[in-house]
Amino acid sequence: MGTVTTTTLQQPQAEEYRVHYLNAKYGIKSWLLTTDHKRIAWLYLVSTTFFFVIGGVAAAMMRLNLVSPQGAIVQPETYNKLFTIHGTIMIFFFLAPAVPTVLGNFLIPMMIGARDVAFPRLNLLSWYIFITAGMIFIYSVIAGGVDTGWTFYTPLSTSYVNTHVISAAMAVFISGFSSILTGLNFVVTIHKMRAPGLTWFRLPLFIWSMYAASLIFILAMPVIAITMVLVMLERLFHVGIFDPALGGDPILFQHLFWFFGHPEVYILVLPAMGVISELIAAFSRRRVFGYGFVGFSSFAIAVLSFLVWGHHMFVSGQSVYAGIFFSAMSMAVAIPSAVKVFNWTATLYKGSVSYEAPMLYALGFIGLFTIGGLTGVFLASLGLDVFLHDTYFVIAHFHFIMVGGAVMGYMGGLHYWWPKMTGKLYPDYWARLAACIIFIGFVLTFGPQFILGFEGLPRRYAMYPPNFQFLNIMSSAGASILAVGYIMPLFYLVWSLKYGPEAGPNPWGAKGLEWETASPPPVHNFDKTPVVTEEAYAYGAHPAPVTTAAS
Amino acid sequence: MSEEQHATLVAEQFDDQVQQYQAASLGMWVFLTTEVLFFGGLFASYTIYRYLHYPGFEIGSHHLEVLWGATNTAVLICSSLTMALAVRAAQLGKIKDLIGFLVVTLIFGLIFLFIKFAMEWRHEYLEGLAPGVNFTYAGPHAHQVEMFMIFYFVLTGLHALHMIVGCGIMTTLIILALRGAFSKGHYNAVEIAGLYWHFVDIVWIFLFPLLYLIGGRY
Amino acid sequence: MLCLLPLLPKQASTVAPSVDHLLWFVIGISVFFTALIFLLLLVFAIKYRRRAPDEVPQQIHGNIPLELTWTIIPIIIVIVIFVWGVDLFVRERRAPMDAVHVYVVGKQWMWKLQHPEGPREINTLHVPVGVPVELTLTSQDVIHDFAVPAFRIKTDVLPDRYTTEWFTATRTGRFPLYCDQYCGTFHSEMRGDVIVMTLPQYETWLSGEMHHTETMAAAGEKLYESYGCITCHGTGKAPPFVGLYGAKVRLEGGQTVIADDRYIRQSILDPSSQVVLGYKPIMPTFQGQISEDQILQIIAYIQSLANTPGAQGAESAKETK
Repeated sequence: MGTVTTTTLQQPQAEEYRVHYLNAKYGIKSWLLTTDHKRIAWLYLVSTTFFFVIGGVAAAMMRLNLVSPQGAIVQPETYNKLFTIHGTIMIFFFLAPAVPTVLGNFLIPMMIGARDVAFPRLNLLSWYIFITAGMIFIYSVIAGGVDTGWTFYTPLSTSYVNTHVISAAMAVFISGFSSILTGLNFVVTIHKMRAPGLTWFRLPLFIWSMYAASLIFILAMPVIAITMVLVMLERLFHVGIFDPALGGDPILFQHLFWFFGHPEVYILVLPAMGVISELIAAFSRRRVFGYGFVGFSSFAIAVLSFLVWGHHMFVSGQSVYAGIFFSAMSMAVAIPSAVKVFNWTATLYKGSVSYEAPMLYALGFIGLFTIGGLTGVFLASLGLDVFLHDTYFVIAHFHFIMVGGAVMGYMGGLHYWWPKMTGKLYPDYWARLAACIIFIGFVLTFGPQFILGFEGLPRRYAMYPPNFQFLNIMSSAGASILAVGYIMPLFYLVWSLKYGPEAGPNPWGAKGLEWETASPPPVHNFDKTPVVTEEAYAYGAHPAPVTTAAS
Repeated sequence: MSEEQHATLVAEQFDDQVQQYQAASLGMWVFLTTEVLFFGGLFASYTIYRYLHYPGFEIGSHHLEVLWGATNTAVLICSSLTMALAVRAAQLGKIKDLIGFLVVTLIFGLIFLFIKFAMEWRHEYLEGLAPGVNFTYAGPHAHQVEMFMIFYFVLTGLHALHMIVGCGIMTTLIILALRGAFSKGHYNAVEIAGLYWHFVDIVWIFLFPLLYLIGGRY
Repeated sequence: MLCLLPLLPKQASTVAPSVDHLLWFVIGISVFFTALIFLLLLVFAIKYRRRAPDEVPQQIHGNIPLELTWTIIPIIIVIVIFVWGVDLFVRERRAPMDAVHVYVVGKQWMWKLQHPEGPREINTLHVPVGVPVELTLTSQDVIHDFAVPAFRIKTDVLPDRYTTEWFTATRTGRFPLYCDQYCGTFHSEMRGDVIVMTLPQYETWLSGEMHHTETMAAAGEKLYESYGCITCHGTGKAPPFVGLYGAKVRLEGGQTVIADDRYIRQSILDPSSQVVLGYKPIMPTFQGQISEDQILQIIAYIQSLANTPGAQGAESAKETK
């Protein structure tokens, strides 16, 4: 995105001391009480990484346990707690916040040429709410764990398990408010804070998809919050809201839960899709093919996401007509998803493609998301869902979307904007190596699970018949490779903070307002409010020079 | 108002006051959207159970204090009027009127809460209609009546919580007004608080018939 | 031919081949598009690799015919898959009229099954080959799910309601049965076997088992006496059971309901919720005093009285408009 150079580029020189958002203030208070969206992004980066490690350790223990049909290391009770911890933490405390609160917080104001989000103090409050929720969940884990699964299905969760359901439900309830406030902040920011000249159709696609995801936050999160309140009340007072013995309806819980739960899945992947649009454009130096189609498909996905919840209940006694409706709607989601994939692929055509680490993640995303999306069609089909529902096929499918999609997108985005966030370059060789290891490890982990599902292995099994052992061992082996791939960035990114070479304002030669200011950006992002006169990704008009520290 | 004073009223992330006002107003509307969904989940569950367990819901409804409920409806409608008058006074820069109307609105809010807790909840508790705490009703459709009372307490409790927050906001506004924070053209907070207050009133307008008036009492 | 691949469990029911046809169709579509995308990515990424650091590629904004193509083709494909899936689903759900019934109660963490002829089984189900079998399932605690991958069938087993699923086994042998809905600590041990036998074998097994048991209807009749139902339902103080099953019943308040399994179950557990027109609401609830298996036996008993001719209880059926 070009600006008529109202922005004065500060070409940093190694000797010159420049004040930016990282060194403007020092001390723990300057971080914990900051209202700077860039610093809040760092708070989220550290805290979501912490939760990712916990969720990852739980996953590693699960995979280790499944090496043996009898369970290699833990009892079924512990295994059930492990998958509940893994699911709840990864969904509510890592995936949902990761891209929006880390990359979104850092980038939305920068990409639209604003000094900050609309409500900076609310932004900080969101983080504190998030941390409170996370700590309550950690408490429930330390106090003995919870073994309902992240779906909290009633009446199991309300009347039958004796674990810490109330604190876990409380954590989910509170985390919902963090997401609501973040979504609210982003919607208002995108509506009201855009720089002069930055019309809707000049916005980067990342902003479009963040806007769509924020709408889902606002509309879906209140429903899970109130559902969790009802679960807590039922447990606390032993009243029968969902307990059939007292006239309640456990299926109503599933309706309420999935009314939130399915949009939630798109909250996870939509922001990552936005990241991929940015990466593909930057590393093929092309405007995203079919910009409008990619943008509107985000909204199509957001709208449809509210009409598909019943596909989680095809085999739970829902009426055939409801099943047909939800099947049709779920199938429809395949269309905007396919449109996105084709447009991204077409963006490469006659482009100028380079293969830095972020681009490897982006290519990996497109491939894995394609598989994840297509396997979703299996589950949207009524007749096939009866066979595949609640098997490992489902596990494999949604991990292709959430890990192969959302996490790959997040990793790609983190590597792409890391020089902007820190002002430092990481060693690209190691980053590329890590990207390849993650891709290979991922496919090895979750590929075999499709076959396990075809063969009928149900999900959430602590023990399984011995004939499934070979594929389970393959999957666990893949998981160990995946773990190595995830640990590597922790080291080289932290290393780069101290030893990485200076990045300069625009190390990738990318377009976009965020690349027109210094790295790391000044406290108010831009020295002067930029004025936008071009559409997004105008790589042809004025080639963006690579401006590194050396140049 | 001088330029300097003007600048201090605009937060640093905004270009000017118009942008700040529009952002705050949109923010409140978006927040109210989430509130609609928040209550919406409950209303949806209520509707389904009312359909499934109509006889019990009718009996339960007839145990409620409909006169107090009606009184509270009137109180809230009056408070909406005074709130609207407060916003009007702020627009005209009549700070004394503003403070007066805010105080009246606050008093209406407190009356509502008093009636809700001291007259209604206390009564229902004593009558043995509080599920999980003191539920002794043993007539026909006991489970269904219990279900109705759960929804009654959750819905009115959640609404009362919003009223308590609303009263807190009114108190804050009164203090700010006394300190001279508002003047003609600078009253965003009053208008946005008004949006919230009216929303909480409207929720009650739905709650009253849904809870108190099932099955034609008269 | 397709079954040679070890990807899927052996087809062992009449619907399994139909499921697999659709499955292979969608697998084919998926493999094709995955290969297409991977290939395009690979070719583009290599062919159009950056050759000079300051290269500026030709800018292409989009292409409407192309967009329409890759919107419309997927639409057509998903419509095909959708319609095919719905058709299959309806076949999976609609049981033949002549099916043999088996009653299933799920509880943490076992399956309790009972044949109308009387034999009870735990975690094992004996069925004859080539005969349609319809299961009526309920749970006495949390939600379970009765899944037999070789038959390609699955349905949730819910507390407080009856669900059904059916199959016709096409080969003899032992096929694993799983609980597919997470149901607590020992969810993974809630599994068993469906044993499909030839019809003569099955009849031998059944008569062998029947020696030391009574039919479900007979068991239900005993409950009818021991729970004291007979004191009202047998004396006219409450609606009689003869001819009741499947008939339309008018309730106090004017609604009409069909006296099916669900109605009978609810009448036992929450009698005041549906009082029959012309009777007093005098029945106490049996909630917490009667097990799900016993309710099924009483239903079987009432069902056995359905076709008795000359029943005075049939009045409720005739009364309907």
